[in-house]
Amino acid sequence: MKVIIDEDKCVGAGQCVLAADQVFDQREDDGIVVLLDALPPEEQHSAVEDAAARCPALAIEVLK
Amino acid sequence: MTDTQPTTRPRPDTRTQPTQRTCPFSPPEGYRTLREEAPITPVTFPDGTDGWLVSRHADVRTVLADQRFGANRRPARTDAFAPTGTPVPPPPPGMFIMMDGPEHTRIRRLLTGQFTVRRMRQLAPAVERIVAEHLDAMASAEQPVDLLRDFALPIPSLVICELLGVPYADRADFQRNSGNMLRLDASQEQVQQAHLAMNQHIHELVQAKRAHPTDDILSGLVQDGRLSDEEMAGVGALLLLAGHETTANMIALGTMCLLHHPDQLAALRADASLWDNAVEELLRYLTIIQFGLRRVVREDLELDGHRIEAGTTVLASLTSGNRDADQFTGDPDQLDVQRPYSPHLAFGHGAHQCIGQQLARVEMKAALSALFDRFPSLRLAVPAKEVPMRDDMLIYGVHALPVTW
Ligand code: SF4
Repeated sequence: MKVIIDEDKCVGAGQCVLAADQVFDQREDDGIVVLLDALPPEEQHSAVEDAAARCPALAIEVLK
Repeated sequence: MTDTQPTTRPRPDTRTQPTQRTCPFSPPEGYRTLREEAPITPVTFPDGTDGWLVSRHADVRTVLADQRFGANRRPARTDAFAPTGTPVPPPPPGMFIMMDGPEHTRIRRLLTGQFTVRRMRQLAPAVERIVAEHLDAMASAEQPVDLLRDFALPIPSLVICELLGVPYADRADFQRNSGNMLRLDASQEQVQQAHLAMNQHIHELVQAKRAHPTDDILSGLVQDGRLSDEEMAGVGALLLLAGHETTANMIALGTMCLLHHPDQLAALRADASLWDNAVEELLRYLTIIQFGLRRVVREDLELDGHRIEAGTTVLASLTSGNRDADQFTGDPDQLDVQRPYSPHLAFGHGAHQCIGQQLARVEMKAALSALFDRFPSLRLAVPAKEVPMRDDMLIYGVHALPVTW
């Protein structure tokens, strides 16, 4: 699994961090998503998919 | 569906959205029929113009995430919910929830860093302390206690005042003003006056922060310098308003709802780790933004086979989408604190999704879990049907919640 984020789309709602805080964080100053791990391990996959589904701005893309 | 349906439908219903509730915790029954029979249904707005009401989860998400549906109502020639022919004013300065595109992003990005998951988690101990203090006060008060006034309202109120840097002593003023702004039966003048008073108030605060900045959001915005004073006043008023009634009503209505579902409360008592999930489920189940969110179409488009012209108003019903059986596993009309997570719409969706949602989560969990811990025998002090419900307000909930223990 490969994760791609689009910073321009991100609205800083933090849904991704709630779903998968091993893979996503938010920048201190503007709350924009930070990708901690673009190639997350197997056990994170369902959390990452959950994050992509939750993201209100469709800023997370998951390639399989 | 690929074929375009001709717009030779029967005259649109004059009722814009269902409003009759049969259960205080559930949306009006009419939404079920709409979802099944006419998920994108033509409606006529109070000003006489025609538009659409969207009731399925998937379509609500589409409308709220697709940039062609604008939060700025200006593309509409007239204001759908005002008397016939009323022109749509531009969004007031700072009112970023009514802006689109770069304007919206410019203001929102100045704030998102203040509301990250991490920051809100850091705030949790302070929120827990405020909760504990109010529970102590309740314990020594004479029963019955109005849980809304003595617990559910002061907690988010104190927290948002603290975050923004608004003196809590001024709360009576802005609580009255925010109440007036959200009342459906308030006249245009009353709403406008409340708005002005609120803005004036924050305007004065902004001046004060300029002279003596402290560690709060308003001071931060003043020092950042990218917003005008008018914009800061608008942003401040908006956050103050949004941070209040919403969470207060989720706490009070959530309490009433859990009292009504003793099996769910028992599950939470048996396993406190369920609280995070319970908060999500209450948000979904109760969806206190009770009327559809308003969007205006920016360019001619097609939605599921319906042709919609630029300038048309579309309502996206969060409360209906959150009960859509196609989206949620099990029975979405049952409160189930163990329901597996599925994206709910309680905070909206798209670029405008609630900026304060992580704060709301922290507050709800802290307040509800500590309340039921502290008063295991908590119960309503009046029959449930005597609790005054906020059918008449943009934000649903209770006008008061008398409890005893
Ligand atoms: S959920 Fe989406 S919009 Fe929210 S912070 Fe993550 S990437 Fe950004």
